[in-house]
Order: sequence, then C-alpha cells, then structure tokens
Amino acid sequence: MIYRTISDYMFAIEIENLTKKFGDFTAVDSISLKIKRGEIFGLLGPNGAGKTTTISMLSTLIRPTSGIARVAGYDVLKDPLKVRQNIGIVFQEPSVDDLLTGRENLELHAMLYGMDRKEMNERIDEMLNLVELSDRADDLVRKYSGGMRRRLEIARGLLHTPKILFLDEPTLGLDPASRRTIWHYIETITKEKKITTILTTHYLEEADSLCDRIAIIDKGRIVVEGTSNELKSKIGEDIIRLTGSISISNLRRLKCVKKINSEPGKNHVDLVVEDAAKNLQKVLSIAGKVDSVEVRRVSLDDVFLHYTGRYIHEENGEDSIMNRIATYRSNR
Amino acid sequence: MGLSGVYAIWLREIKVFIREKERVISSFVSPLLWLFIFGGGISGSIGGESGYQEFIFPGILTMSILFSSIFFGVYIIWDRKLDFLKEVLVAPVSRSTVFFGKLLGGMTDAMIHGIILLLLGYIFIVQFPLISFLPAILIMLLITWSMVSLGLVIGANMSTQEGFGLVQNFVIWPLFFFSGALFDVSSSNLPDFIKTISHLDPLTYGVDALRTVIIGEGAFPILLDISVLVVFGLVCSYIGIISFGRMQQIK
Repeated sequence: MIYRTISDYMFAIEIENLTKKFGDFTAVDSISLKIKRGEIFGLLGPNGAGKTTTISMLSTLIRPTSGIARVAGYDVLKDPLKVRQNIGIVFQEPSVDDLLTGRENLELHAMLYGMDRKEMNERIDEMLNLVELSDRADDLVRKYSGGMRRRLEIARGLLHTPKILFLDEPTLGLDPASRRTIWHYIETITKEKKITTILTTHYLEEADSLCDRIAIIDKGRIVVEGTSNELKSKIGEDIIRLTGSISISNLRRLKCVKKINSEPGKNHVDLVVEDAAKNLQKVLSIAGKVDSVEVRRVSLDDVFLHYTGRYIHEENGEDSIMNRIATYRSNR
Repeated sequence: MGLSGVYAIWLREIKVFIREKERVISSFVSPLLWLFIFGGGISGSIGGESGYQEFIFPGILTMSILFSSIFFGVYIIWDRKLDFLKEVLVAPVSRSTVFFGKLLGGMTDAMIHGIILLLLGYIFIVQFPLISFLPAILIMLLITWSMVSLGLVIGANMSTQEGFGLVQNFVIWPLFFFSGALFDVSSSNLPDFIKTISHLDPLTYGVDALRTVIIGEGAFPILLDISVLVVFGLVCSYIGIISFGRMQQIK
C-alpha cells in the first residue's frame, strides 16, 4: 500500500522483508514489522542480533540490501531527507561532543534542523529542564557523568519535536539508579508528547516495564512479537525450578508440565507449569530426590529461552559507558 | 545546500579546534624542527650565503598545511563512528552541506596554522615585501582547499582507523617529498624519475607558487601553478561530494 499524503499514514513504521547483508553475513534477515503511532516498541535481543543494524536502516544511516521500510510514511531509500526530518535518535555509542557544553551541543542540533533563534532558545531551555540539566547546561560535556550524557542525548533527540524517536540501547552501561531515571524520562516525555518510540535493548526488565509491544529478535530474525503479557502467556504461567537428582522422564508424563528446560552441567531443572499453586504437590510427588524448590512467574527471559533455546546473557556488553568513551578517546 | 547547516558544522569545528590547545601547539613542533634545525643545519654546513633556509621556508609552510589538512579530513573515520558526524548524518541536511561544512572547518584550521607559520617565517627567516602577504594567503587557501578535500575523500572512503598509518606513509610523505619543498624541481641535475613524479605531484605547484610570491623564485609560471591547484581542488571536491553522498555509518 502506498501512502500519498503524510497525514494518512496509519503506522509510524512499516517494514517489509527488510534485509541487510555485510558480505556473506546476514545481519538482518527479512524482517517485517508494523509499529503503531504513539506506542513504545521494543526490539529485544542479545548483542549482535541485528537491532542496531535495523535502527540504522530505519534512520537512513545504512542502506538496506533488500526490502522496504517506511518511516512516518516515507520510504527510507526514496525520501531519506523527509525521514530524517521526522525522526530523533539516541545512538548506542556516545555521540555528544565532549569539547562543547551541553547547551552548545543542543544549539548545533537546532541549527542543523533549521530552527530559528527564538524557537531554538525556548526549546533548549524546555528540554534542559525536562531532563534536569539546566544547572549544568554551560559545563563542558567532558565533565558530565554517563547518565547525564544520556539525558543530554535524549534532550537532543527530542529537541526538534520529532514524530518518531529511536533509542538504541538507551541505558547500556548505566548504573541501576541512572537506568531508572532514564526510563522515567522516556516514559513521561514520549507519553506526554505522543511520540512513537522504538527502543532496542538486551535488558529484559527495560523491555518489560517500558514497552507497549516487544519483538524478540535473534540472529537477524524476529522470532515472536506481542505485548509482554501476550508473550509470557503464550508459553505458560509459572516456572518451577527444582534442584537435586530430578527424574525428567517422570515429569514428562505430567499434563500440567508444558516444557522442561535443563542446562547441561547444572543440577537444576526448570519446568514451565500451568498453575504452580495447584500443581506443585503433584510435581513434587514424582520428581525424584528434590533438594530445593523455587516457584516464580514466567519472565521475558523464559520467553526468549522458549523461542531461541538460549538465555539472553546480560553480562555481555555490560562495560560502562565511561569506559567505552575512554577506549575511543585513546584510539584516536 | 543549507547555509545554516554549513555554518553549524563549521562552527563546531572551530569551537573544538580552539578548545584543543595542546593539539594545536604540538602541531607546530615538526614544521619548526624542519625549518630551524634541518634548514638551519643544512644552511650552516653548506656555508656562506646559501639561502637554503629561505628556499625551504615555502616548502615547510606547505608541509604544515598539508599535514593539518589531510589529517583533518582523514579524522572523519573516527568522527562518523562516534562524535558529531554521526549526529550530522541523520540530520535533514544534504551530504554536500555536510561536505562543505567540514571543508570550511578544515580550511580554517589549516589556515590558522599556515598564517602563524607565515608570520614566524617573516620575523625569523625572510623579510618578504608586506604586499606579498595577500597573494601568499590566497595561494595557501587554494592549497588548503584541495588538500582538505583530498583528506575528506580518503576519510569518507576508508572504514578502519588502521588506515591512518597508510595515509601518512603512502599519501602525505610522498606528496611532501616529491613536491620540491626541499629541493629545486627544475634543476637539471635531478634524477629523471624524481623529476617526472614531481611534475605529477599537485603539491609541487603549491610550493612553487608560494616560493614565487615569498622569495621571488619559481620553476613554473604562476598562472600554471594556480591553474593546477584550482583543477585539483575542483576534482577533489567533486569526488568528495560524491563520497559523502555514499557514506554510510560504520558499525
């Protein structure tokens, strides 16, 4: 379907069979997605799953190998300037200028987006206020903490009132407290201004608490898509973890046990169970020699495991944002 | 092409340049070593009124511009992975705007280097007529224009930072050594291959033009020098704009 005017596009983002190959390596493998206007959409997956490549194609920084992507109704290949006018982006790697002040970074951004002086100064003050950086606005960014840089980048991404905001791993490498602050900003700002937001993350908690809908992406493919609750209820309700010498063959016979996951080399077994409160007794009676029992709700990690056969290992790529900045600086 | 976009990108380069004082100061070390130690040393050992230091002064001036120009351009390899350029590439400005913003920024950097060195040379090496400042600066502008463009072409087409060393050894030093910065390209005693390559090196004409206006000795007519520089600058800018248009993000 081709949209003739800007006002009648229904989806903020429409992707059909989008593919990106780097030589023989397929980073993004024929993904299709529709993202509604006004929603916070999460691309959840481990490092190297193709999240950043997808965002780069949607923001016109990388040309797709094949497939179609429309952002705010515009084709990324045919109308890249129109796409760029309508999007804001916060990159995974730091992209504010160290040697400029926070305010100067925002001023340059405003000039690049053709804002006039009066509008520019008003918006800059408003955005600085919003991310609570007003009192540090005239310090060099070099003196900012990782969380402050991120907040400045979010303010910059929103400065020109984009219709769509891309956040590529917005809290990567931040400490838990800053992470929560950033979530708070993302939530209030995007809901208040009705900005469609696409964020990539490999933090389950982030996807769970922020996103209206989630697509799990692994090895360049979207494996499943839906709201957090939909995804969880698809695979069951509760997880029972049994530690000890467990008889898996006995457990297989139980109807309430939907799936059994065991990791090699570990003496515990995870059971996906329909209603743990009701069925726990039954499970324990035939499970063999049980040393300990743990019951919890299904998490997105279980969903991820269910569809990919692996856990998202969160320790990957966990080094701090300041370390990464330091690495780049020393490589210059 | 948006002028405010060009201005924004230029302004950023200038602010960063002014705040990186250490880098600016350290970039003067090697031209001053060449000029005073190498130039002074050779002059002294030849003895008498050889005028070698005066002779190489326009060459060293060109070298200083060459280094700051090309490195400025090649630096965008880093710039587009990190920093400001990535932000510029997603902004609604055309790639030729980005190219001209970068070009003007790099030319300003290199010209500040060049003018400071020109003044140092005027004070310590050769008192050329004051009226020669104007043509010297115009020629320096032509050299910075073509060399920053060349650097940006290289930077836009390279994808790894390992290329830095290659550029230094395979682009900058050959451009410099064949340019006649340190010797007379019209001398009949020159080996043929040096002479041939020197005539193909666009920088030769930059050095020659500066030498003509500063010490009044040139191997070629000044009009030829200027024509070569203009043509080379146009070609590099053209390729630069195309390269920027093709440039994609590096992962």
